[in-house]
Amino acid sequence: MPSREITYREAVREAMVGAMREDPDVFLMGEDVGVYGGAFGVSRGMLEEFGEERVVDTPISEAGYVGLCIGAALVGMRPIAELQFSDFITHCMDQLVNQAAKIRYMFGGEGRVPMVVRTPGGAGTGAAAQHSQSLEAWFVHVPGLKVVMPSTPYDAKGLLLSAIDDPNTVIFYEHKLLYNKKGEVPEEPYRIPIGEARVSRGGEDVTVVTAGLMHHYVLEAAEALSSTGVEAEVMDLRTLSPMDDAAIRRSVEKTGRLIVVEEDVKTAGWGAEVVSRVVESESFYALDRAPARVAAADVPIPYNRDLEAYVRPTPEKVVEAVRSLLDVHKGVYA
Amino acid sequence: MKYDNNRVELLRQMLLSRHFDEKVNDLYAEGKVHGTAHFYVGQESVAVGAIAALKEGDVITSTHRGHGHAIAFGLDVDRMAAELLGQATGYCHGKGGSMHIADVKAGMLGANGIVGGSMGIVCGAAWAFKRRGQDHAALCFFGEGAANEGIFHETLNLAAIWKLPVIFVCENNQYGMSMSVEKATAVENISERAAAYGMPGVTVAGTKLDEVYEATLEALERARAGEGPTLLEAITYRYLGHSKSDANLYRTREEISMWRKRDPIQQFATVLEGEGALEEGEWRKLDAQVKERIEEAFEKAGKEPDPEPESALEDVYA
Repeated sequence: MPSREITYREAVREAMVGAMREDPDVFLMGEDVGVYGGAFGVSRGMLEEFGEERVVDTPISEAGYVGLCIGAALVGMRPIAELQFSDFITHCMDQLVNQAAKIRYMFGGEGRVPMVVRTPGGAGTGAAAQHSQSLEAWFVHVPGLKVVMPSTPYDAKGLLLSAIDDPNTVIFYEHKLLYNKKGEVPEEPYRIPIGEARVSRGGEDVTVVTAGLMHHYVLEAAEALSSTGVEAEVMDLRTLSPMDDAAIRRSVEKTGRLIVVEEDVKTAGWGAEVVSRVVESESFYALDRAPARVAAADVPIPYNRDLEAYVRPTPEKVVEAVRSLLDVHKGVYA
Repeated sequence: MKYDNNRVELLRQMLLSRHFDEKVNDLYAEGKVHGTAHFYVGQESVAVGAIAALKEGDVITSTHRGHGHAIAFGLDVDRMAAELLGQATGYCHGKGGSMHIADVKAGMLGANGIVGGSMGIVCGAAWAFKRRGQDHAALCFFGEGAANEGIFHETLNLAAIWKLPVIFVCENNQYGMSMSVEKATAVENISERAAAYGMPGVTVAGTKLDEVYEATLEALERARAGEGPTLLEAITYRYLGHSKSDANLYRTREEISMWRKRDPIQQFATVLEGEGALEEGEWRKLDAQVKERIEEAFEKAGKEPDPEPESALEDVYA
């Protein structure tokens, strides 16, 4: 497949455009997705190709249009709803949790909601507490939803195409700081299976499980660690739900050490789920010390640049956590 | 039209709904069903009147008080009874119960346990019809209680700006659980709110089937002509409590009996007698037949198999 370097933003757009060319039932709906091109420019140019019937600007009514997308999906369409900031997902909790996630089950399997909700999450932009959250763990907690959080342009395109094809509701987390990130992306459509993690860097000393923007922080940290002789194995989950336990366990059984790096707050974050799945499995016995988590502090995201950096995970904090795990917190078997 | 103007059939549909819910109420009282249910007794003319105006291909969404909507839409009372009893042969294979009966393929897009929960869904179905150039409409039943939810505002506005073929049928049964409509809203009629969205708002006597039917028909004509949604308020009353836990502390016996005197079934039977469609008192025979039909449904449902325990883990994902 011929490929070229494009941004994450372009990769997301390319997936949407490809799906809309293939299937007249696919449409994009959201605030300012039309002539404005989306708050982060993801849908720029799509209105011109598909018209306002399929690239639909909505009033500021997140529950209303997400609810509409659920109904359209229930009768066989393939809606993509864009939420301008993932914080606004709070407006749609009934729609996502009580409706989209439950319909199939409540109806005894006689119905499906093939909808994708795309939304940028995460901090680092100085947007403060109501425009910077990482709330993806909430949806990992809801059976009936799938949660995807790609970190590269390649994965963004392949996973979004899979999400649009998927007969279930998929919450597709993008990140504001990833939109300009470039990477090799094939021109042709391709699908990456939902639910498959990827080892993006091999190593023997420690397994670092991560996803989304944090994947890049972890890779940076892994390079720094490598220069001091520590080889981290980096696992990009790509999908948070369903979680690829098997891949995580394989890596942990190889390295014997586990660190999770997540951007959401630590308490009840999805990293806790990763750790639990490892320690309640046979892989527990492969660990030679307690696992660790690097996450945001349990506070709202502050505005001031230094304060924001203080509470967020950084590559330096990842390096520090790995060193601490390897050097300080030696387990009883070490 | 759904029942091809067979007026005796409309009466029969109301009776089916009434006897179904009265039977379920009895079963709860006897402790023979678990969970909860919300009874439609007293409101039957709204569901039957509105649905009678629909055509093949139209869809509805329903509420937590949804048995009457499902029956009027043509769902099978045997499978509904089986669902209430939690059997494998029920509409939801025992996973949904009273509040989630649906037949998506037939166009009954589900009862809904969340107040206002189906108002987005109905717009989506209407959106799909419009996008696909289909001549269908989507009809949303909801209570006056839902009219104070945020989703009411959002969806009426969306339907209006996009001229979606939706009929918003507000069943104003006077109470959101114990909260009376007088205490909960400052306008006299919910339909007045339609003006805020630039759509027609109509209030009809929900106890009169023909009024509901005519108003729905008119709204459907507008919808199919691409002129957008209508807010249709039907003034009605639920005779039984909100759910099985209700001790009726917020209303009087006198009020309930006053409404029972305007009973929609009785009224419509009298109309049919006046038209000569039924002999005087003949409807009592129909009533007895329908009651028997419902008894049979529950008796049969009681013999249906329970779902396999492992089936509880299925159908989370497609």
